Amino acid sequence: MSLDIILSILKENWPSYLHGAYITLLIAVFSTIIGALIGLLIGVVHTIPLRKKSIKAVILKVINFILTVYVEIFRGTPMIVQAMVVFYGLYAYGIEMDRFVAAVVVVGLNTGAYMAEYVRGGIVSIDKGQYEAAAAIGMGHFQTMVHVILPQVFRNILPATGNQLIMNIKDSAVLSVISVTELFFTTKSIAGANFRFAESFIITCFIYLIMTFIASRILRIVEKKMDGQDAYQVQTKKEEPNL
Amino acid sequence: MEKVIDIKHLNKSFGSHEVLRDVNFTVNKGEVVCLIGSSGSGKSTLLRCINLLETPSGGEIIYNGENILDDKHDIKQYRTHLGMVFQQFNLFNNHNVLKNCIVGQQKVLKRSKEEAKTNALKYLQIVGMDQYINAKPRQLSGGQKQRVAIARALAMDPEVMLFDEPTSALDPEMVGEVLKVMRQLADEGHTMLIVTHEMEFAREVSDRVVFMDKGVIVEEGSPEQVLVNPKQERTKEFLKRTLKQ
Ligand SMILES: Nc1ncnc2c1ncn2[C@@H]1O[C@H](COP(=O)(O)OP(=O)(O)O)[C@@H](O)[C@H]1O
Ligand SMILES: [Mg+2]
Repeated sequence: MSLDIILSILKENWPSYLHGAYITLLIAVFSTIIGALIGLLIGVVHTIPLRKKSIKAVILKVINFILTVYVEIFRGTPMIVQAMVVFYGLYAYGIEMDRFVAAVVVVGLNTGAYMAEYVRGGIVSIDKGQYEAAAAIGMGHFQTMVHVILPQVFRNILPATGNQLIMNIKDSAVLSVISVTELFFTTKSIAGANFRFAESFIITCFIYLIMTFIASRILRIVEKKMDGQDAYQVQTKKEEPNL
Repeated sequence: MEKVIDIKHLNKSFGSHEVLRDVNFTVNKGEVVCLIGSSGSGKSTLLRCINLLETPSGGEIIYNGENILDDKHDIKQYRTHLGMVFQQFNLFNNHNVLKNCIVGQQKVLKRSKEEAKTNALKYLQIVGMDQYINAKPRQLSGGQKQRVAIARALAMDPEVMLFDEPTSALDPEMVGEVLKVMRQLADEGHTMLIVTHEMEFAREVSDRVVFMDKGVIVEEGSPEQVLVNPKQERTKEFLKRTLKQ
């Protein structure tokens, strides 16, 4: 194993590596966004206050049950198995899903199952006084969620979402089982052709590391931005206040 | 006198624990009523029943002639007529001072952004917080937070202001600034129902003082009658205990 070989592999295959990294990143970003949205939706539905006995309450209970089943299945089985079941399962029914789409769906559903729990935790950790203050000025449940609670939940779940993004960058490698041309699959092809497995995968290792490192830095910056300035500006008469 | 809030035979239990028992009282337009009583006597619960943060177990709450406990009554609409100030301030942590005073006007009263802003600034000026409109709640002291909370409630232009021990969570040196604002509101003729332990303040600003004990109203009348010459034994005992501290 030498640096020369690594450089020559890189020289020959860099477009393939780049494309593989690009697909990996796409899968990770899309599935994290989808997962966060699923998690948010489930978290919100799980925390809708149940009023006495009404048809609405019964429907809500059924929905909650289905959502719980979803969460348990996706948290309780390996993603590599889920990928096989989703892709080949649908294939057996004559539905040939685009492999990339299948990958995003599987990783997204997986992320959603984890995020649901974080969101639920993020919602219940918010002080009851925030709900009461919103109710006291006449806001309904939906308005309270949108204007008061969820913005605080977003901030609370941001670190968890960042972790998920980093996990998804790495774990999307298992999607190679359904032949998605992400980074791991691409590297296997490269190594299969030149028989230099170690060198080919060292390159891949660095690419993953660069991607996860940059992702975590960006998230740190977003967190800082959301927290706002440490100091506030004391307003003098003429300045326009910003909202 | 015009009755704004008229409470009849109000009961409230948490499970088997009866917290309010057959409470009757009224708040008239322009009146400042102080509610006093030892801790656990049900003052907060009464206030929270009035704006339906707690659901009463029985009785009637008549607001401007209408029983708001009727099923068909619009609770959200009703709550906009009551401004609530909490012991723990409960400012919206995600919004700055100005936005705290605007969000309800915009989203609930459907006022335009400009109108809401003008109104918010008016009340922030009254409470002396107009210089801090860009500050987030976590950057303010307790007294400042409470003054913003008062401005937020006032910005909805409520008919009645409800205060639940607004100075109890404050450091002693900050109590004065909040009481000063409340005194000003009282002078301006706002209708106010105040739960407080500040006896001196209650004596100065109230038109009427109501003493509660163990979920019932024991005595009510002018500040002179209740705080200086109480008739009931329980009131006398309470005052003796409070004044000793
Ligand atoms: N949500 C609740 N569940 C059960 N008991 C409650 C609840 N809120 C208040 N109580 C009880 O009701 C009584 C009156 O409480 P509260 O109205 O807070 O009194 P005060 O404000 O006069 O101190 C207390 O015994 C308290 O423990
Ligand atoms: Mg209380």
